Amino acid sequence: MIAAGSAVPEFTLKRGDDSDFTAADLEGKTTVLVFYPFAFSPVCTDQLNLYEDVLDDFSAQGATLYGVSCDATWSQTAFAAKLGVSIEQLSDFEPKGEVCRTFGVYHPGGFPQRALVIVGPDKVVRWSYQADSPGDLPGANLIFDALAA
Amino acid sequence: MSDLGSAPIPAVSGEDHVRGPGGGRTLIVYADFECPFCAVLDMRLRALPADRVVFRHFPVRSSHPRAWPAACAAEAAALQGRFWEMHDALFADPARLEDPHLWERGRRLGLELERFDRDRRCDGVRDRVKRDFRAGVRGGVVTTPTIFELGDDGSVAKLSREEFGPA
Repeated sequence: MIAAGSAVPEFTLKRGDDSDFTAADLEGKTTVLVFYPFAFSPVCTDQLNLYEDVLDDFSAQGATLYGVSCDATWSQTAFAAKLGVSIEQLSDFEPKGEVCRTFGVYHPGGFPQRALVIVGPDKVVRWSYQADSPGDLPGANLIFDALAA
Repeated sequence: MSDLGSAPIPAVSGEDHVRGPGGGRTLIVYADFECPFCAVLDMRLRALPADRVVFRHFPVRSSHPRAWPAACAAEAAALQGRFWEMHDALFADPARLEDPHLWERGRRLGLELERFDRDRRCDGVRDRVKRDFRAGVRGGVVTTPTIFELGDDGSVAKLSREEFGPA
């Protein structure tokens, strides 16, 4: 997967309103991209719920979180609404998985690996992490450790 | 700045809720009262009376919107010396956690109800629940129930939920 120290490649994801989210949107802020396998799946549900509950702490660290999956924006919007989660969702639906491949987190099964990428305001990757398996949920503490490093 | 970076699971202290005689294992359980898996785990733990159980709150608000009020109700009951009674009453019926259900439990347990209602909304009780939750996050807890076994040397090892039977 994309390594710390790498410049973020050009990419385009879709926001819930169908507008584009690109590498330019990362400039000037610290961003945590949370790649997750499937909307509505159990572990992804736990993951977004947990991160949502400590969102104020992420803000206090100056970090903005985004969920990224290969689900369509309609599915992501429904997923976030069902969970009551405010973390913005970004879709890598078409061409499917293109951005995940660019970041090196596309699972051969056709979905994103469970992975985290922290990008600095200069659009350089500060930290990246891929779970041993898509069923493993990385604790929020790991992200806070990386943000504080 | 946030203080949610990694830290070991806290040692058992006098502020913890502890049940069981000792002599067996000491299990530290991070759970929430709206979690059905936690209710099942609790039932199984009660069938293992040799184990000492330490209960810590891990209410995930967005998945279980009544978990926080339930946790606060348990802490308010604790202020009247009835934590475990409220704990058991909450897990006995995790689908009924609205305020009238909490009052009914308080009434059944013989709590002083006005005090119970005031306490469960007070900052001290909220802070108590929050302290458990944040310590759990720092220790890498990600879901409920999460179980740790306390070793003789004070070390803490995470156990698989499956060790206590199928979910």
